[in-house]
Amino acid sequence: MFVRAKPYTANGTDNSRPSPDHVCGSRPRIQNSSGGCFQAARGGHQPRATPGLRGRRAAVNLWLRFDRGSWRVDVTDVPVAGVGMTPFGRHAERTGRDLFAEAATRAFDDAGVDREAVEEVFFGNFMGEFAETQGHQGPLAAEMAGVDAPATRLESACASSGAAIRYGVERIRGGADVVLVGGAERMNNLSTADTTEALAAAADALWESRAGMTFPGAYALMANRYFELFGGDREDLAHISVKNHANALENDLAQYQRALTVEDVLGATQISSPFGLYDCSPISDGASAAVLVSESYAETHGLDTPVRITGTGQGSDRFALQDRESMVSTPAAERAGERAFAQADIGPNDVDVAEVHDCFTIAEVLALEALGFYEPGTAIGAARRGETTADGDLPVNLSGGLKAKGHPVGATGCAQLSELTKLLRGDHVNSDVVSDATVGVTHNAGGTVASCVVHVLEADG
Amino acid sequence: MTRDAGFDDFLDAVEAGEPYYLESPDGETYLPPRPYDPATGRADLTEQPLPEVGELLTHTTTQIPAPQFDDDAPYVTAVASFGPVSLTGQLQQIPSDAVEIGQRVTLGVGRSATHDERVLVFSPP
Repeated sequence: MFVRAKPYTANGTDNSRPSPDHVCGSRPRIQNSSGGCFQAARGGHQPRATPGLRGRRAAVNLWLRFDRGSWRVDVTDVPVAGVGMTPFGRHAERTGRDLFAEAATRAFDDAGVDREAVEEVFFGNFMGEFAETQGHQGPLAAEMAGVDAPATRLESACASSGAAIRYGVERIRGGADVVLVGGAERMNNLSTADTTEALAAAADALWESRAGMTFPGAYALMANRYFELFGGDREDLAHISVKNHANALENDLAQYQRALTVEDVLGATQISSPFGLYDCSPISDGASAAVLVSESYAETHGLDTPVRITGTGQGSDRFALQDRESMVSTPAAERAGERAFAQADIGPNDVDVAEVHDCFTIAEVLALEALGFYEPGTAIGAARRGETTADGDLPVNLSGGLKAKGHPVGATGCAQLSELTKLLRGDHVNSDVVSDATVGVTHNAGGTVASCVVHVLEADG
Repeated sequence: MTRDAGFDDFLDAVEAGEPYYLESPDGETYLPPRPYDPATGRADLTEQPLPEVGELLTHTTTQIPAPQFDDDAPYVTAVASFGPVSLTGQLQQIPSDAVEIGQRVTLGVGRSATHDERVLVFSPP
């Protein structure tokens, strides 16, 4: 039996969610009177809130189900009403607030939702204090977006706007109808050295940065350990960079629309061995935004929302690389993926397309293994074998990824959402590559994956 | 430079030839500063002597450093296991093209060329 939940107090953690065992998978299910449950067909499966049922605004967008003697919570899907991002690239003179105003405007235009309807704003930014001497960016972002609503900045290094999305999803599930999420970063107004220093703030300031560890250096340490344990070489990594640059060739939002060869990558300036310049995502300026709505709001306002967020998960790990049990696995991503997949009631084999956090080439390898697409030690050759290329079994980073699309840190997570939404809707320049795709995943990592946010997106088939 | 309690105390201990790690009654190990056992909240972590010789787990030669190490580049950063804990440091007295994972190293404190700041370093035994 399902009943609409009364207002509840969510603690915002994944631990508050029922496990897949409890809900027989949180993919919407209809329970029979004997306490068993069966899965409804995809599309139109979700127990929808009708205007009559929804009642007061305080109602929450989730469902309670009586199972094995107690009430359980089923999470609802969160429609993506609209997405928008600036072109990523070198916009050194544009402020973060300026960039976010553009991204938010694009998202509102895409959504067809009034700004006045927004009930809360979650905004990701990492290095605003360093680059622009600008903190307290939540209300600033809301003001620039033309929104008068409670606004909070979330900082989780490169996963900042992935976290913003997750908080937006939870807020919708908690009863809100419209939430604006996004992020922005201005980086190119700094020198390369100062940007390197700013990015290093995501590492352990005592035990890593004071030993001279940079962020390329941190991932290089992971790459060399991976090579030692599993094999692989620089050429394997080079194929990842070549693939992602090839994917971005026609993407006007990408920082680099330029093809690379394996020879280009291998011959590039050394940054931190084994990485050359083209193993590293670029220094980028840009912003991204998305308008999330409740299913009832979409329905009552006649919004066309073919893509829904059906799973969200976040994980953390020991902060410093040296303190982890392994330097070649990323448990934060594993946990985030498991939670997101469980909410969506899918597994890795159900995923048609993925946008993963390839801040450095080895990061794409670790992401694919953490999400369960590959066994540990086997994703290193995926791009080289053509398995993750545009014509492969699992196209990865069709947007160009961080590597070619660009990586304005605080904007990256929501940019993944923006690009994947368009890929699934069919209005991305690369949508034809995955014309039958209905399930996509975003993977947004912070630091050396001490934090990670994963989202599952599904489109009407 | 203002001292960072716990961390600079650790560097002092390394310089004095008495490096240590912290251990909980349950045998979990940590590096300072760690005033309480995170598992129990009790202030019952004890200092234990760090093994003298460690083993390199991984390394990288950094060409593009952060500004604090401008004059030091290129340099080799590495993570070495000293049994119960691992540490990140810079390699000394080992050319970058001669570094190998599994190599045995000892722990010390050096000085950065750029700002003369103390840095954890690894050297051959």
